[in-house]
Amino acid sequence: MAILEVRNLSKRFGGLMAVQGLVLDVEEGEIRGVIGPNGAGKTTFFNVVSGVYKATSGTITFDGTRTSNLSPDKIAALGVVRTFQRVALFPNFTVLENVNMGRHLHARESLFAAVFGGQRQKESENLQKSRDIVDFLGMAAHRDELASNLPYGLQRTLNVAIALATEPRLLMLDEPVAGMNPTETQEMTRIIRRIRDELGITVMLVEHDMRTVMNLCDKITVIDFGEKLAEGLPHEIQSNKEVIEAYLGAEDIVA
Amino acid sequence: MKYLAALAGLAGFILLPHFIGEYYVEIMILFMINLILASSFRLITTVGDWSLSHIVFMGVGAYTTALLAKYLGWPFWGTVLIGGMASAAVGLAVVFPLLRTKGFGFFIGSFALGEFIRLIWVKFHFPFGGPRGMIGIPSIELGDIDFYEATPYYYLVFIFTVLCQVVLYRIDLSRTGRVLKAIYADEDLSKCIGINVARYRAMAFSVSAFFAGIAGVLLAHRLGAIDPKNFDVNTMVYLVIWVVVGGVGTFWGPIIGVAIMMVIGEAARPLAEWRPLLFGGILIVFLTLLPGGLENLILRFKEMLEKLRSAGESQPAE
Ligand SMILES: Nc1ncnc2c1ncn2[C@@H]1O[C@H](COP(=O)(O)OP(=O)(O)OP(=O)(O)O)[C@@H](O)[C@H]1O
Ligand SMILES: [Mg+2]
Repeated sequence: MAILEVRNLSKRFGGLMAVQGLVLDVEEGEIRGVIGPNGAGKTTFFNVVSGVYKATSGTITFDGTRTSNLSPDKIAALGVVRTFQRVALFPNFTVLENVNMGRHLHARESLFAAVFGGQRQKESENLQKSRDIVDFLGMAAHRDELASNLPYGLQRTLNVAIALATEPRLLMLDEPVAGMNPTETQEMTRIIRRIRDELGITVMLVEHDMRTVMNLCDKITVIDFGEKLAEGLPHEIQSNKEVIEAYLGAEDIVA
Repeated sequence: MKYLAALAGLAGFILLPHFIGEYYVEIMILFMINLILASSFRLITTVGDWSLSHIVFMGVGAYTTALLAKYLGWPFWGTVLIGGMASAAVGLAVVFPLLRTKGFGFFIGSFALGEFIRLIWVKFHFPFGGPRGMIGIPSIELGDIDFYEATPYYYLVFIFTVLCQVVLYRIDLSRTGRVLKAIYADEDLSKCIGINVARYRAMAFSVSAFFAGIAGVLLAHRLGAIDPKNFDVNTMVYLVIWVVVGGVGTFWGPIIGVAIMMVIGEAARPLAEWRPLLFGGILIVFLTLLPGGLENLILRFKEMLEKLRSAGESQPAE
């Protein structure tokens, strides 16, 4: 059984169908790529799965639980966590504080504990986990730096770190290497693979960088005008006529 | 060093009534009550909500203690807690519809709901006394101490102020306090890492109402009489000016704001009816020229000093 089951999912913005009748299964432990031209509805799809937007119709099931009517925090608590296409972090917090905020679901501090400080043990565990994640992403040298002072590439990496700190079961990355230089892109690719291989987290990622997608993904879903255009193994997608047409002039799909 | 400064400050507060006249003791009592009000107001602003009803929650505490003390003869020690809790409970009821709003909507919505509560006090002569409010609120008794006198009351308010500030400070530094700031910084991101934003906004609002309620209890027993005008939007605007002048970025901003503005308010007494103009002018200056308030100015000044110092230190090496 697939860990994520999307059935006939649609999202309408006024007269625009941003996502239309999408059917998609993600298997546990796979790295799934979601690609498509600009404005195809990829981010909207992520927004609906993560609960930021309500679906207009259709259902989403994660590990047997219907999530299409839940709020984002409930969906995150079930283990579905996404990053944003933009840089999304807490600029006035340090790197470690940012990641530690991602431990929210594992902290559950009561108001009483907030005032009287009754959860020191748990909090130091959370801090330790956060440090481990910072190290895992190779940001140890920047641990105590303010997030707003980080260079762009590291801010994008921090986005992933915050999401990872929640201990997700399905991690959804919206263009994780966008704007990164080749070295950073390689490093991020390596990290994503380790997230799946070493942490056993299922990954779904939207990405325009075809080399990264083809390198990384077990399976790729192509969306165009909100609808699924094709799905298959990387080499199948690469040689798919319709896909090449949809991308024609926009990008070189043959990585 | 920090502890020493805090200790010196506390000692100063404890000794102060022996060096100043009764009039200034009364002013200091108001100052401390206003500190509780302003610091609790800041708690709501850390999550990004600006409420125009905070002063009304001071009123809820004041009316609660007035009713319990006057009609039921309850002692202060009971009513102060009930006053705070009543305020927190009303806060929870009020914030519920407000959670659908944000920014300007929240601002105006909180004003409307606050006015609705105030209207209840105005309209119901029993038990609230209508527009003329409640008089004859008993002063506090405890053993031989007569809290009608200014100095004992000063110490009572001092103890409550310290307690409230410590609790608010602890919340500010706790994980819960950081969650509030995280929500303010990026609400969508906060939601997507599992933070129940509505719950935290409601909590901040209700907890802050609790402390406003306590401030109200302390005010009611000092004034001996309260009426709906004490808690109207005029008074609320002063509260807003305090925190805008001080800034809400740090715990200390509102405290600085209350201190400075009360000093200016006292100094400007001769201006009489022109005073509001002065306050309005100050508000505009801070909103346009000094966003972030005095605390921000102090922080920038500190940064400058540090830069100068490090520049000075690096010079001998040349
Ligand atoms: N909140 C919104 N309100 C109205 N329209 C929206 C909203 N969000 C997205 N859209 C529209 O939905 C369509 C799909 O947008 P979406 O951001 O999902 O595309 P995308 O595939 O992520 O594109 P890109 O590759 O450029 O990120 C676009 O036409 C966009 O303008
Ligand atoms: Mg997008």
